[in-house]
Amino acid sequence: MKVTEGTLDKRMSAADIVAQLSSGMTLGIAGWGPRRKPMALVREILRSDLTDLTVVAYGGADVGMLCAAGKVKKLVFAFVSLDAIPLEPWFRKAREAGTIEVLELDEGMFQWGLKAAAFGLPFLPTRVGLGTDLAELGGLKTVNSPYADGETLIAMPALKLDAALIHVNRSDWRGNVQLFGPDTYYDEWFAKAAAKSFVSCEELVDRIEDHYPDDATAQTFERCFVTGVVEIPCGAHPSSMPPAYGWDSKAFKAYADAARDPGDWDVVKQRFVGANEADYLASFGGKEAVTALPLPIF
Amino acid sequence: MSDISLAELCIFAASEAFRGNGEIIATGVGPIPRLGAGLAKLTHSPELMMTDGEAFLVEQPVPLGPRGYDDRKKAGHLPFSRFFDSAVWTGRRHAMVTPTQIDRFGQINLSRLGGTHQQPKTQMLGVRGFPGNTIYHPNSFFFPQHTTRVFVPGEVDMVSGVGYNPARRLPGGNYSGVDLRRVITNLCVIDFGARGDDGMPAMRVISLHPGVTFDAVQAATGFALQRLESLPETALPGAEDLAIIAGLDPHGIRAGVFKDNPPARPAVAQEQSA
Repeated sequence: MKVTEGTLDKRMSAADIVAQLSSGMTLGIAGWGPRRKPMALVREILRSDLTDLTVVAYGGADVGMLCAAGKVKKLVFAFVSLDAIPLEPWFRKAREAGTIEVLELDEGMFQWGLKAAAFGLPFLPTRVGLGTDLAELGGLKTVNSPYADGETLIAMPALKLDAALIHVNRSDWRGNVQLFGPDTYYDEWFAKAAAKSFVSCEELVDRIEDHYPDDATAQTFERCFVTGVVEIPCGAHPSSMPPAYGWDSKAFKAYADAARDPGDWDVVKQRFVGANEADYLASFGGKEAVTALPLPIF
Repeated sequence: MSDISLAELCIFAASEAFRGNGEIIATGVGPIPRLGAGLAKLTHSPELMMTDGEAFLVEQPVPLGPRGYDDRKKAGHLPFSRFFDSAVWTGRRHAMVTPTQIDRFGQINLSRLGGTHQQPKTQMLGVRGFPGNTIYHPNSFFFPQHTTRVFVPGEVDMVSGVGYNPARRLPGGNYSGVDLRRVITNLCVIDFGARGDDGMPAMRVISLHPGVTFDAVQAATGFALQRLESLPETALPGAEDLAIIAGLDPHGIRAGVFKDNPPARPAVAQEQSA
């Protein structure tokens, strides 16, 4: 390695990443429902004493687990779902107990708020939200077009993130990422909306141009948006990470069933979080079993 | 005719909602709407665009249920990462979905029931993309159980989709994209072709399924419905339509939509209107 590259080595451990976070932070979690979730990093948070988080996510089990563990002060969301299990049961319990504050948004407004944050704007205008309960419940203000049309629009506030967690297919030490699969959702905008983005990856290489130069178009956000990188194969489990593996239906079902019986997160936490990532992965059959999970068919 | 199911009748009615929509994304969520969109594309409206339910555009609608991951032939790419740019916020889409509640204004709810926003009695999905869908592009709805718990009096518990409620329209807002098309239920087909006292579009029953009376529909609805003066029977699919439906649903998932998979025409026609 050349000496000049030294400061670009962004490798960290998952514990190092969580040590960079602090209680009370606004944390974006990339992915979408049961897909492409940085679950290993979420599990690392669940093993930590972080609390009072404002979580901004297109939610799946990441949100359900953080709610169940009492880590969430406020949730910014448009849905929380495991798709095949439409209603996320641990999120549901937290909502019905009235224990979390919420800002409920439309899916499109949500990404609009990330884009406003990415561009350093206070808000971006949109029609979305007009005629529904969202504006009043969320305290969203309106703005009038200064042009001849004078249209009244919702001013979607920037969703500024103190940190974002993202799971990608590949990265090098410098944070040159590559994202594959049919859909990478809004991962790039989580990265750009955040003061710091931490990336876990299925595969880490030293210099990506020496290994996968033909896949450079899969870099959906540039390395200036990456603060730290850690290699965690199967780090999205139990969510899906195409093309490497699909979601783990059995694991999701067990997790959902546990919300009813025993219904107490402390009793089941060990099973769904594990003492460490190696133990966790081994308990679900290891890399061999996870990478054999079929991609979901819709 | 006796071998046509109520599910197939509803699929056929759903396909009619997508007729002549042009080159837009037809999204049907759930077996009946999805089969309806597929049937429309394979019969009267080949110009419709649709996805494989994930991120790829297909010109041959994908069948429901288990199949090979790579069975679908990709004709294009429409991931969520640009779904709002390409489909929703440009108005180039018509979605048919099943919310939990709908009110007389056509406002829908799938977020939560009862309680308060801070502590709902029942938390459901969240508003998802409905606020944007309903202000930007045409929408239709399918309800497998037409009851007063679904067609609620007053307003829905949380307004997740825009309707024709003048009290919720801010001066200066642009509501020109609000375009509610059809409501298909286990009893009837409704459009928004009537006008309310407020001059806004209002629900109007336009056909009754075989054996159903308007009074039965009204009794199952939490608000007053308008109607065509002369109400036809909802049209039944023909043999070609049934063959296409069967091809799009090789595992027979449509048979599970209604309890006991009833026929389109009840054996005893009086049962439903009693």
